[in-house]
Amino acid sequence: MGGGHAPGDTSHGDRGHAHHDAPYEPVFVGAVKDELTEILGRYPTKMAALLPALWIVQRERGWVSDSAMAEVAQLLDLTPAYVKGVVTFYTMYHQHPVGKYFVQVCTTSPCGACGAEKVVEAFLKHTGCGELGATSPDGRYTVIEVECLGACGFATPVMINEEFIESVTADKVPELLTQLP
Amino acid sequence: MGYPHTSHPKETPVLSQYFGDPGARSLDGWKQRGGYRALEKALGMSPADIVNEVKESGLRGRGGAGFPTGVKWSFMKPGDGKPHYLCVNADESEPGTFKDREIMRWTPHALIEGAAIGAYAIGAETCYIYIRGEFTEPLRVMNAAVKEAYAAGVIGPNAMGTGKRIDVHVHKGAGAYICGEETALMNSLEGKRGNPRIKPPFPAVAGLFGKPTTINNVETLAAVPHILNRGAAWYKGMSRGNPKSTGTKLFSVCGNVAKPGNYEVEMGFPFKEFLYELCGGPLPGRRFKAIIPGGSSVPIQTVEEAEATVMDYEGFIAQGTMLGSGGVIVFDDSQCMVKHIARLARFYAHESCAQCTQCREGTAWTTRILERIERGHGTMADLDTLLELADQMTGKTICVLSDSCAAPIVSGIKKFRSEFEAHITGKRCPMGATAAA
Repeated sequence: MGGGHAPGDTSHGDRGHAHHDAPYEPVFVGAVKDELTEILGRYPTKMAALLPALWIVQRERGWVSDSAMAEVAQLLDLTPAYVKGVVTFYTMYHQHPVGKYFVQVCTTSPCGACGAEKVVEAFLKHTGCGELGATSPDGRYTVIEVECLGACGFATPVMINEEFIESVTADKVPELLTQLP
Repeated sequence: MGYPHTSHPKETPVLSQYFGDPGARSLDGWKQRGGYRALEKALGMSPADIVNEVKESGLRGRGGAGFPTGVKWSFMKPGDGKPHYLCVNADESEPGTFKDREIMRWTPHALIEGAAIGAYAIGAETCYIYIRGEFTEPLRVMNAAVKEAYAAGVIGPNAMGTGKRIDVHVHKGAGAYICGEETALMNSLEGKRGNPRIKPPFPAVAGLFGKPTTINNVETLAAVPHILNRGAAWYKGMSRGNPKSTGTKLFSVCGNVAKPGNYEVEMGFPFKEFLYELCGGPLPGRRFKAIIPGGSSVPIQTVEEAEATVMDYEGFIAQGTMLGSGGVIVFDDSQCMVKHIARLARFYAHESCAQCTQCREGTAWTTRILERIERGHGTMADLDTLLELADQMTGKTICVLSDSCAAPIVSGIKKFRSEFEAHITGKRCPMGATAAA
């Protein structure tokens, strides 16, 4: 498995609080611009490329900043407010920087019946995040609970960035974390 | 249970035949297993003949509503001069359901083939496969398979060398249960918030981009090549005496059960045999307490009701529930039903798009009351309030998310009332469970 950039990829500008004064570097240049052009060809409207464009932003920058929303808005002939309205509707676009490893633990009923709460506790403890949604002091982890990941027969499914891991139990958590690069 | 696994002898593997077989994933592997013969055949037939064959087979939508697929396709009027669209609903988000995930992971070309046939049958040149964003592996596999199918000329401007155009695009969702609702999915595909639309107009009149659109579930489309290859009569023959429910159905099984996983059985299979033989029954030392048989949105069954159920569309209705998406959630006697019903309500509150008052307020309000009861702070009057709210939340909104939240609440209070009362009178959870805050 794998692929895509980790949300914590720091090889580009525009992430973290230290860059407030740095000029915004557009996401859609060169090959990335070409990628968007190819995507636009799939749809009869520019607006339909909005979700794919936001995914590209998140892949490249780790999150979707207001500046990136404005860039996308301009490219697709939309307003920044419209783009923000869409971004905030969906749960998977990060509106703030997150840890290098973004951990999502399914806790909906079927997984809840199989011990998902203990898996969450184990992640919070072993990552040092302390509480849901917070990023660990070393910037390495953010842990959240997520609604049904659609793998209920393999409780508890956990997503770490693009990795989808089945049948996680609390006792497997320390080893899972050690295996991360 | 992971893959590969051996099918139980009582299963009828049609769609699941190649689950766990990595060789089936590639285009060549798929062709070696008989793939794309049905598409070749279909492109030599008239769209009307395909629609009739599918109608004749009795195939019904596997996403939850169970609408006859051939009839749905026949709503698309040929020669109206407008672009038509096929949407594939691969947003599988209904708690308890994980069958489309396996179809896409193991047999991506089965979906592409079924979708291409469907597109041709409804006069569409473009098909969008909307896959939920969390399905990272199915997305990778489907993207690779679509690329392969284009490169081989199976789809594209000259599909199978017939001069017919069939474009297939994978569209990645971004986290929203409601986008599994067909009109919300279309809004989402158009680059909008995933709010369901008021119907009418129905999608066949004005759907995606305002054009005539059909939307089908992954499992439904994956069955279509088999129907064309082996005939409607063969498909119809896979049923146990009920001509309204035909073919095989994938059931996803999860929760407190010995062998969770996907099982494919003929329509009409006895639920008791399914639960105890195929799924291995309860975990050692435990007893089943409650079953939600069709994904979290359908009414909860007691074990007695489940054991008396025949597994088809009408059979589940006869026992007070619905087949839904075929997501079987099993709770055993170690589980607190109040906790689980509260957790499900919280799911719907989280996923409400908040357009309709009954849903926006009702899902949140019922969650608060249920969590209060679970913590031991409820009153008997709360039960009446919950039922009254559930009534207000049923049949009054644009889509059925609100109804889905109400269903487990109503059936839960009706069938497990003593557990609610024990929380209220004992001022604590008798099982020692606590709903997550």
